Amino acid sequence: MIAYLIRRVLQSVGVLLAVSLVVFLGIYAIGNPAAILLPDDATGAELDAAIASLGLDRPLPLQYFTFLGNAIRGDLGTSFVFNTPSIELIFARLPATLELAITAMLFAVLLGIPLGLWAGLKPGSAFDETVVTGSILGFSMPNFWQGMMLIMIFAVGLGILPANGRGETGTILGIETSFATADGIRHLILPALNLALFKLALMIRLTRTGVREVIGLDYVKFARAKGLSEQRVLMVHVLKNILVPIVTIMGMEFGSLIAFATITETIFAWPGMGKLLIDSINNLDRPVVVAYVMVVTLMFVVINLLVDVAYSALDPRVRLGGNAP
Amino acid sequence: MAAQGDHGSPVLADQEQPQWRQQWQQFAESRRAWLALWVIVILLLAALFAPVIAPQNPYDLTQIDLFDGRLPPGSVGESGFIYVLGSDVQGRDMLSAMLYGLRNSLFVGVLSAVFAVGIGVCLGLIAAYAGGWIDALIMRIVDFMLGFPTILVALVLLAVLGQGVGKVILALVIVQWAYFARAVRGIALVERRKEYVEAAMCLNLGSARILFHHILPNCMPPVIVIGTMQIASAISLEATLSFLGLGLPITEPSLGLLIANGFNYLMAGLYWISVFPGLLLLVAIFSLNVVGDRLRDVLNPRLQR
Repeated sequence: MIAYLIRRVLQSVGVLLAVSLVVFLGIYAIGNPAAILLPDDATGAELDAAIASLGLDRPLPLQYFTFLGNAIRGDLGTSFVFNTPSIELIFARLPATLELAITAMLFAVLLGIPLGLWAGLKPGSAFDETVVTGSILGFSMPNFWQGMMLIMIFAVGLGILPANGRGETGTILGIETSFATADGIRHLILPALNLALFKLALMIRLTRTGVREVIGLDYVKFARAKGLSEQRVLMVHVLKNILVPIVTIMGMEFGSLIAFATITETIFAWPGMGKLLIDSINNLDRPVVVAYVMVVTLMFVVINLLVDVAYSALDPRVRLGGNAP
Repeated sequence: MAAQGDHGSPVLADQEQPQWRQQWQQFAESRRAWLALWVIVILLLAALFAPVIAPQNPYDLTQIDLFDGRLPPGSVGESGFIYVLGSDVQGRDMLSAMLYGLRNSLFVGVLSAVFAVGIGVCLGLIAAYAGGWIDALIMRIVDFMLGFPTILVALVLLAVLGQGVGKVILALVIVQWAYFARAVRGIALVERRKEYVEAAMCLNLGSARILFHHILPNCMPPVIVIGTMQIASAISLEATLSFLGLGLPITEPSLGLLIANGFNYLMAGLYWISVFPGLLLLVAIFSLNVVGDRLRDVLNPRLQR
């Protein structure tokens, strides 16, 4: 187990290094940052001075190590637009994105498991057909359009839910969050639904497939033969066994929720770090883009590591570190 | 690829009905899939012949009347032109704009999937056949690519590369190829150990011939399934990028860009500018996914045994 852990951590560090190299080459080496920083009418001498002061005249590997050294100390450059360290900008927006992602995940789990369970128990029924078609529809609907439809129906048409921004925030445990006020929660519903729909569809499919695979197995038949109530068979024997892969996949999907939040935040003007990324791309604010990529990669790597370790701990059948062909 | 089922004499059954016929019949058993396939064919034809069937050329300024802007669906313009699905703020016929948009969306989606299949299949085959460090290297890159959500990779790529049709396609290929490489490698590894490959090796056939002539055909079913789904997700991803302002340029708008334009007028009640292109996009992606789903059921040898 320890050897596996060490190998897995080393692998994660490798991924981080690879991303940092790709980001460095992509963002710093392509194009000339000095030319972007200086006004258009700068002379050649001014340009040379800027290049020297930024260290761009040094060999590329040396520049990379400087970049890496700064990154480890948490210095990922200063935003051109806000003139503050880009990493601080990201962290200031992180809570808004996290609360959105967590709420979306809750929606997906709390709606998806019951629907998938019900559909899986009655394959071929009208309910099953509807749920399956609905989940394909959920997969197919582009996130941004679905968000616009939510706005059209609930905000413009019915006028019952707000579609803009985060609403009133309060502080819980020193973190500013929308969970703290009723207005904040009302603002959270539409964006979270928008973000959840894709994962909800996934959740339904996973649960439905899981139920259909497990329901015919001997241990379920045995549990029924023992005379256990149908409810106990379902809730304890069936659900427990399909939950392990579901939890694993949902854990990994949490990272992609944060990535997809860029779209949701853009539609609903949600002041999270995804909106910051889009704004920064449009403003050519490269240090913020770099900081976003590095922070999100770090989150991904950590989440995947935790999920892998948890999975191997939960399911003894998983061969630790084995490379299945 | 044994798909004979448990009948008494599978060989005879096979002679009576070729495998593809059986699979086709099985595919058509699902009315949903059958309908979706027809929708795809119609959409493809509509996209192909968009300049012929569109009531107006929405990007020819001489054909657009600014006074006909913001007309709701079914309105008749000043010149007697009927705007079946309404017009946008510039007085562009929505139906025509959607047909041209569909053309651009499908073009980008299909082309990027084709390139991704080409690259992914070749790398997957090479990884499986070569093994050793080449396999390890290719698969590490695949794992790396699949570790990140496509939207994030595409966003960052386009942030670095800038805009343009070619760049969008490049970004879509980069995020898609790994799916094909992984699938093909998995099957090729199994196929490689089978007797027919051994026989081909004994005949001293070249590696390229064994790979592409003998192993590749057996890898095609999953490639077709993933390909169908990937076209759908490429179209969706391109639309999303366009919506965020990083997709196709304004001179060649896709459905995504049409929807993005309409978003600004949604609050003002001009719903048709964004709702109709969105519905068309949804129908296209949904149909592709339904067909892909059915193909997976039909072509999956595990389910047939």
